[in-house]
Amino acid sequence: MSLSIIKPGLLDTIQDMGRYGYSSWGINPGGVMDSYAARVANMLVGNEPGEAVMEIHFPGAQLLFEQNALISITGADFTPTLNDNEPVSTWRPIVVRRNTLLHFPKWQYGSRCYLAVHGGFCVPRWLNSYSTNLKAGAGGYQGRRLEKGDEVPFKENSIYFAGLLKESREYQPLNWRVDTGKTYQLPHEILFTIGNEWTQLTHTSQREMLDNNFIIHPFSDRMGYQLRGVALQQQHPAELVSTGVSFGTIQLLPDGQLILLMADHQTTGGYPRIGHVISSQLPKLAQLRPSDSIHFSMVDMPTAEQLLFSQEHELSIIQRACHDHLNQLVC
Amino acid sequence: MNQLPDIYPMGDGAVTIDLGNRLSETLNGKVLAMQDWLQQNSFEGLKDIITAYSSLTILYDPVLIKSHYRPPRTVFEWVRERVAVAYRQSAASATSTPVKHRIPVYYGAENGGDLESLARQKQLTPEEVVRLHTARVYRVYMIGFLPGFSYLAEVDELIALPRKEKPVMVAPGSVGIAGSQTGIYPFACPGGWNIIGRTPLQLFNAQSKNPVLLKAGDEVEFYEL
Repeated sequence: MSLSIIKPGLLDTIQDMGRYGYSSWGINPGGVMDSYAARVANMLVGNEPGEAVMEIHFPGAQLLFEQNALISITGADFTPTLNDNEPVSTWRPIVVRRNTLLHFPKWQYGSRCYLAVHGGFCVPRWLNSYSTNLKAGAGGYQGRRLEKGDEVPFKENSIYFAGLLKESREYQPLNWRVDTGKTYQLPHEILFTIGNEWTQLTHTSQREMLDNNFIIHPFSDRMGYQLRGVALQQQHPAELVSTGVSFGTIQLLPDGQLILLMADHQTTGGYPRIGHVISSQLPKLAQLRPSDSIHFSMVDMPTAEQLLFSQEHELSIIQRACHDHLNQLVC
Repeated sequence: MNQLPDIYPMGDGAVTIDLGNRLSETLNGKVLAMQDWLQQNSFEGLKDIITAYSSLTILYDPVLIKSHYRPPRTVFEWVRERVAVAYRQSAASATSTPVKHRIPVYYGAENGGDLESLARQKQLTPEEVVRLHTARVYRVYMIGFLPGFSYLAEVDELIALPRKEKPVMVAPGSVGIAGSQTGIYPFACPGGWNIIGRTPLQLFNAQSKNPVLLKAGDEVEFYEL
């Protein structure tokens, strides 16, 4: 009743939509980097959007399904391949037979992919969340990344859809697929709203931030993306006491470079917050890679909220469609 | 209390109320009182509260708030108004009596690699630094940076020293000084504070129902082992 790790990947962890409510203890929300892909992965297999998923970086793990399961793989495309055969497509539900091997031989696109299984992974919750907090060594699978020999159990109802598998097949993609719409379009164009310290930048630097491209440095990780570009200047550098920060906050470092806080960011920080990437753009930001470039464009709050609401509307349509398709199959 | 402090957005999912960008027991007390008030008067879509020295940040879910309260304009303006109400209606300071912690510390030698250099830079003996560090009761202003990392203040200005240029790996339980702040590292991690000692106490325990030992508003006194 599980999935076992034959060979570990670069960084594979169990995540969900984040651990909220503990920031005043210094415990950050964490959670998936790309919430859009993770939610769709769950929807495709009939789960609630907040079920635990596996977040996989490239090179990804080699996994063995030790039971029949309904799975989906979304987000980045690392050419997911079952049993050394042809690659299977992403953003689609797939029924797999017991003893099927999943591996990711070749990078195609993106930075993180998400594996969901119908019913969800059976790991204990820590402070109301399945997310792995690597700093605290808690949450997810034993508070750490997945390693060789680990067995991640499924919840009991995972067997439900296994009857869909035809007798002769090892695995079988179902005949619908999610079109991700606008979410990942124009991946390098990142929209942000201004931060409280935006006005501390010189006018020249405000213009430079909007006119120039910024490159994601190799040191970037789940905590933050270090950007390299034109050094931005403050008019009167002022000492700030530490204040709250969040996923998407763009901070100005003392050397004039920018850092973009990602899912595993710390809860507070003392650097000027010159902007915040808007929520609906965080999924595509999460799929960028080191040496990719970013072009920042400013939007106002009504626009930021509208973009989030239309993305949410799209997700609700996807959820309904997935639900209907799966129901028709088992009725 | 008539004039509202600065309330500003942090993107489309967070709002910060900033009471004054400085280290002050009064401002910090008001921050904690607002947190209490918001926890008792929560609303649909309130995800998390980050308390800091003199500011409080609310993380919220715009989608939930929109479907639940149907704000006439932006969700941000709606949350901003809730924060303004929290500011006006909360007490001047947190009402609960502060929890007092006495924290044992092994000062100097391999437990506090920076004690001697701090003493030298401040023209004191290591013993004097320890005496000054243990002489005060500190307030826990905030927990941040890492799970359970405490920001305590203020140390005697005779032992206040800016953080190091380059962070180095520090051991769990390390007690450090950065500017007028002192604090304890709950885990091994890279840290820039001047490490003067180490406590054998466990500051963070994931298995515990209450994983974090120190909370904002608590009081801490160090003593030498």
